[in-house]
Amino acid sequence: MSNARRKISFQLNGATVSATVENHHNVVELLEQFGLRGARESCGQGLCGCCTILIDDVAVSGCLQLAAMVDGKNVCTIEGMQKNGELDPIQQAFIESGAFQCGFCTPGFVLMTQQLLDRYPDPDDDQIRSYLSGNLCRCGAYPEILKAVRLAAEKRKSAATA
Amino acid sequence: MKANTTQIGRSMPRLEARAKVTGNTEYTHHLKLPGMLYGKIFRSTVAHGRIRSIDVSAARALEGVHSVITGQDILALVPEPYFGPAFLDQPVLALEKVRYVGEAVAVVLASDPHVAESAVQLIDAQYDELPAVFDEIEAMTSEAIVHDVLKPSGTFPDLKHLVGRKNTNIALDYHLKHGNAEKAFAEADHVFEHTFKTQQVMHTPLEPMVSAAEPGDQRLTIYTASQSPSFVRLEIARLLGWQESQVRVKVAHLGGGFGAKLYIKLEALVAVLALLTRRPVKIALTMEEQFYTITKHPTTFRIKSGVNKDGRIIARRCDVWWNGGAYADIGPRVTQKSGFTSGGPYDIENIDIESFALYTNRPPSGALRGFGIPQLVWAYESHTDIIARELGMDTLAIRRKNILREGRPQATGTPMRSAEIELVLERVAARMKWDQPFDRGSGTIRRGRGLAIGYKAVVAPTTSTAMVTIAADGSCILAMSTVDMGQGSDTTMAQIVAEIMDIPAERVRVLNPDTDVTPYDMATLGSRSTYHMGNAVKLASEDARDKLLAMAMDLDLPPETTPVPELFRRKYGMQAGTVVGFGSFVPPYAPPDKTNGQSENITPFWMIGGTGVELAVDTETGHVRIERMINVVDCGTPLNPAIVETQLSGAAIMQIGFSMQEKMELDAGQVTNASFADYKIPGFHDIPPVFENEMVDAHQPGAPFGAKGVGESATFSVSPAIANAIHDAIGLRLTELPMTPESVYRALRILQNKPVEDE
Repeated sequence: MSNARRKISFQLNGATVSATVENHHNVVELLEQFGLRGARESCGQGLCGCCTILIDDVAVSGCLQLAAMVDGKNVCTIEGMQKNGELDPIQQAFIESGAFQCGFCTPGFVLMTQQLLDRYPDPDDDQIRSYLSGNLCRCGAYPEILKAVRLAAEKRKSAATA
Repeated sequence: MKANTTQIGRSMPRLEARAKVTGNTEYTHHLKLPGMLYGKIFRSTVAHGRIRSIDVSAARALEGVHSVITGQDILALVPEPYFGPAFLDQPVLALEKVRYVGEAVAVVLASDPHVAESAVQLIDAQYDELPAVFDEIEAMTSEAIVHDVLKPSGTFPDLKHLVGRKNTNIALDYHLKHGNAEKAFAEADHVFEHTFKTQQVMHTPLEPMVSAAEPGDQRLTIYTASQSPSFVRLEIARLLGWQESQVRVKVAHLGGGFGAKLYIKLEALVAVLALLTRRPVKIALTMEEQFYTITKHPTTFRIKSGVNKDGRIIARRCDVWWNGGAYADIGPRVTQKSGFTSGGPYDIENIDIESFALYTNRPPSGALRGFGIPQLVWAYESHTDIIARELGMDTLAIRRKNILREGRPQATGTPMRSAEIELVLERVAARMKWDQPFDRGSGTIRRGRGLAIGYKAVVAPTTSTAMVTIAADGSCILAMSTVDMGQGSDTTMAQIVAEIMDIPAERVRVLNPDTDVTPYDMATLGSRSTYHMGNAVKLASEDARDKLLAMAMDLDLPPETTPVPELFRRKYGMQAGTVVGFGSFVPPYAPPDKTNGQSENITPFWMIGGTGVELAVDTETGHVRIERMINVVDCGTPLNPAIVETQLSGAAIMQIGFSMQEKMELDAGQVTNASFADYKIPGFHDIPPVFENEMVDAHQPGAPFGAKGVGESATFSVSPAIANAIHDAIGLRLTELPMTPESVYRALRILQNKPVEDE
């Protein structure tokens, strides 16, 4: 075990925070220090998407990112999606479409959907499948997730024109 | 029952929906206790061997390591540290012998999990290797004997005859005899015999298995991602020689279960470690380690049918070998309880079934979404299709001719009741437009379609109990030990309470299982909760409601119209007081005759699942593209249709994985693909573009509001429907799962008489 620790500071869901981390800690462990549970390590290889977070607006697997490397970066997690206690339209769409069962993978899917809709506000089904193909749901809620993403796109559009 | 329900049949979102989309759900995965030690497991590297030595000195010396515990250390606390639901065969940590690669041999404890992980690498164990056996057929006669002596647990009286049996790998042999199969085979116009195999796969819940234990004063609290809290309490108390009331088991929502998190997995280990160290201990497995913990049975199924010229099946013989791995877990129950449906949902007057649970040196096998049924349906529905094709019959027509109809005796002799087998088959056929022509493709892309139908009996006899508390404002708390692992039981059970109490389901709070508070339930498994716990919850709600009505009568208030808060105020003088209702449910059951498996009432209800598939095969690459899949089930009357729909999709998609891609590869007993990099579970691109589910119009008598279990039904028929469609497309019959592009390509080349030469 290396005992090397370092102090880092970064933006977490819009607030400037600092933390002491060990060199081998990953970002999921870092977020646990802040009591955040939405990014979860499951496969540990960046293959399931359960630990998806956004670093400088790019979706990444938190389990593969060393905590020390987010120093000075902007980190967004599922916990930052609500605005004034209101669910994001994507979260609302996931609820209305019943797009989850156990919910362990859900934060990852929601964040990935956010990234998708930021880039392609009106995606077709192939784009949705392709964009979300790095997230796994063992409960197999894929048909409902597809519906949720379509619904989320609608909700965003109507919110934009409202 | 009221004619018009307001809460039943309502597709309300899950009660915990908001927590799940905001990332706030609390799983055992996240649990941290003050002063907690993390355990990391050192595992066997040989498939079968006597432990010569375990050197833990270097691990113990590593800075930050609290302690290293081996099987020998546990003996001081638990002289007989063996557990299991059917056989007391599995040691908490290996003792004397190891029986598979990956078996837990020692544990390192440290406050920092990374330290514990590093120290595990410093442990050195030496083994005297023994011959190992991996194949279920070889295990029948192998000289490699996995367990020196059989040790059935006391839980099941019907296993008593196995006590002390030696020199065998057969944990259990099950026999069923109905009619006279031998005579009928001699009289049949045709006899067909085929053998089918299934592979070893893993549940891979995305929340990997995790348990923690916290010692108290003559008490122990276990926090665990378990589907069976009541069993954990009972089994840990038995191991420790304690009262059940000294062990408290708390379960949060599960990040998936699928049968992996049943009985004892890590609970005995953390319990013993916490008591030895007097510190809270948590062990969380990695995805890789899950593959060494519990899996689905590989099987070999030899099936033989005697058929008349007109396609009527008059005799069937089923020989099924279940590869249980190194420890029995619930395998012997799979062998029996699924064994008796091995002949399929057909009206066959003469049937013999032989079903064997075998020990081998593989990671243990247990329950996985279907409890053995998908392995059976794979064989009997592939076999049925081949028979039809050989006789020149339509594959739907042969099923129509032989289907087991209402009132007719099943192979156990139990008459079929409320089992919509025929309706499910007809709905699959109708939605597939079976009687209409379709595009068969051309060139190297060939298209085909197939269907299959399977059935399952719910496990019996089992008990559920529940408690409903009414607060003075009329809101309710439901205490039950059913575990919500994603199937939505919290929500549907709340709907039952709400319906009886005439309130919105949102006003019902469902407690997480906590054995100090939530009453006994057998376990959350085998699609039993809706019916069993649903009945218990309904009884508890009715009990509570009846107490309210009696309270109103005592107070001379009109019982039907007085609002509940008013009733409490009048009774207690203010907003105060509590009313508690209790419900207990055990359905009637007649145990099967020991010699021939016959019973008047083998199960409380039947589940039916049919699947239709249209697909395209690329004959150049062997790639199969499922273009359309229809899943039809009889689940009685759904309590929450939206949740049922998700259960159907989820079950079918999981089975698509087991049919097309998933397989644990073993090399001398070592799993070589225990990661998502090499073991691919279904992702978005693996879902058929047209994917439809249907619940047939049905009502289960004796069930809460006519609803019965549904979590497994859409797994039953997926694999054979795909194989039958591949056969339809290219005339090729696959008899082993999974049906990967490679296996299709290799089989095609054999069919073309130019087999692929291996390098």
